[in-house]
Amino acid sequence: MSEYMKEAILSGIFETFEMTLFASLFSYIVGMPLGVILYATSKGRLLENRFVNGIIGFIVNVARSLPFLILLVLLIPFTRLVVGSSIGTTASIVPLTVGAIPIVARMVESSLNEVNPGIIEAATSMGASPLYTIIHFIIPEATPSLLQGGAINVATVLGYSAMAGVIGGGGLGAIALQYGYYRYQKEVLWTTVTLLIAMVMLIQEVGIRMSKKTRKT
Amino acid sequence: MSNVFELTNVYKTYKNDGKEFEALKNVSLEVREGEIFGIIGMSGAGKSTLVRTLNRLEDVTSGSVTFYDKDLASLSAKELREVRQKISMIFQGFNLVNQRTVLSNVEQPLKIAGVPRKERREKALQMLEIVGLSEKKDVFPARLSGGQKQRVAIARALTADPKVLLCDEATSALDPKITGEILDLLKKINEERKLTIVIITHEMSVVEKICDRVAIIDDGTLAEVGDVKDVFSNPQSKAAKKLVFPSNPFDPSEKDGRVIRLVFDGTHSSEPFIANLVEQTGLKVNILSANTKSVGGIGFGQMIVELPPSQKDQETIIGFFTKGGLSVSEVETNE
Repeated sequence: MSEYMKEAILSGIFETFEMTLFASLFSYIVGMPLGVILYATSKGRLLENRFVNGIIGFIVNVARSLPFLILLVLLIPFTRLVVGSSIGTTASIVPLTVGAIPIVARMVESSLNEVNPGIIEAATSMGASPLYTIIHFIIPEATPSLLQGGAINVATVLGYSAMAGVIGGGGLGAIALQYGYYRYQKEVLWTTVTLLIAMVMLIQEVGIRMSKKTRKT
Repeated sequence: MSNVFELTNVYKTYKNDGKEFEALKNVSLEVREGEIFGIIGMSGAGKSTLVRTLNRLEDVTSGSVTFYDKDLASLSAKELREVRQKISMIFQGFNLVNQRTVLSNVEQPLKIAGVPRKERREKALQMLEIVGLSEKKDVFPARLSGGQKQRVAIARALTADPKVLLCDEATSALDPKITGEILDLLKKINEERKLTIVIITHEMSVVEKICDRVAIIDDGTLAEVGDVKDVFSNPQSKAAKKLVFPSNPFDPSEKDGRVIRLVFDGTHSSEPFIANLVEQTGLKVNILSANTKSVGGIGFGQMIVELPPSQKDQETIIGFFTKGGLSVSEVETNE
């Protein structure tokens, strides 16, 4: 492999990390509250609200059923609006974030659903408000499960980031596509794939360890 | 003494898939300050629903529930939360936050009430001492036994100085020995802190051990309410009899035989009244079962006896026992 290729792969690793990190972060900033709202407004929960739950649920379901590649293309004008360009690493963060938000929301909702309803009843009987109950009882109790879900989400974002290469995004995915696929450089293809697999495994391992460490049951 | 809770004509109806289910039907009762009030019934009788109307975890369909003369239904969400801080509750499943330490769990109600950190820590430690678990303060609940978890739940329930403690099947998940310890602790707290306690249970032994008064709930209705001693010695309703009578099979040996239950309290238990009966009337009874138990701190004996077939003899025997101050009740045998 050429010196140039090695450098490209190295910067690809950093770009992939950059995209994964920021897209995960932003998708949680929006997706976590959405997940909490989905949970709290569903039937029989603290802030049951069929209207809010129905609307958010619908949007999340639609966004989630769009293939990510289609979403990438659809979001090009929006991306241009936000970052001023639709190609490059920074630009890929926008569709990655949008694509991950519904996944994060559903994952958070399902983690919160696992919390024993008795704990919520206990909190209510103590005179805790719904918001207090969510922040001080439900989320702490769901933390191990949220972390585990977090690891899965980050790994998904990493996988998606490779796809961003198709529309001019950076990272290992773009390198695999351009050099490995279009130019038949099998060596480059296999190297990038191996690196991607290693990165996913690393993220999963860290996530599971964190989840285990926080789990007190 | 004033009433902590007053329920007037309480109805609770659940709607499920268009079908209506009446969980509570016309229940009226009061819980008095300082007492341990038992609510007993079979599972599905509506007792858990009943206790949840006391802190409005369940809204009533009609009728009213008052807490110190305040109608719970009239409270705003904020007022209700303030009232709930005075009504604590413990549960069959303990319901501790597993991801928080024992101390942090116990502090929770004070945190809700906005008590500063240092103060609430002190108070929580004090409560843990009362329930005998000071050395477990930094442990997570998963490391505790069932009995210890319930003690933590009791400490948590007491920490914000409530006016009343609701216990929803609090000992049902525990073995008899631990149940006894938890009940002793509740009794101690009732006496030392003058705390009113409402206990929901399906076990008569729990009621007998610590309750002052008891309400019997049967199929959503209030079958009977009264002093535990009275209900035990002279149950009126069918549901009460079912709970109080020993569950031995006692079919009379002869077709016309009649089975009665005699209850005598501590003041009579020194008299050999069966021997006296034989001596004075020459009539004999067949003892089917007999035991003694402590009900509300007083020793009670109960005996199931079969009477001879002649109706005249039966009347004589019942008259003899009644005159002697024993409570006599009929046992229906062919159910």
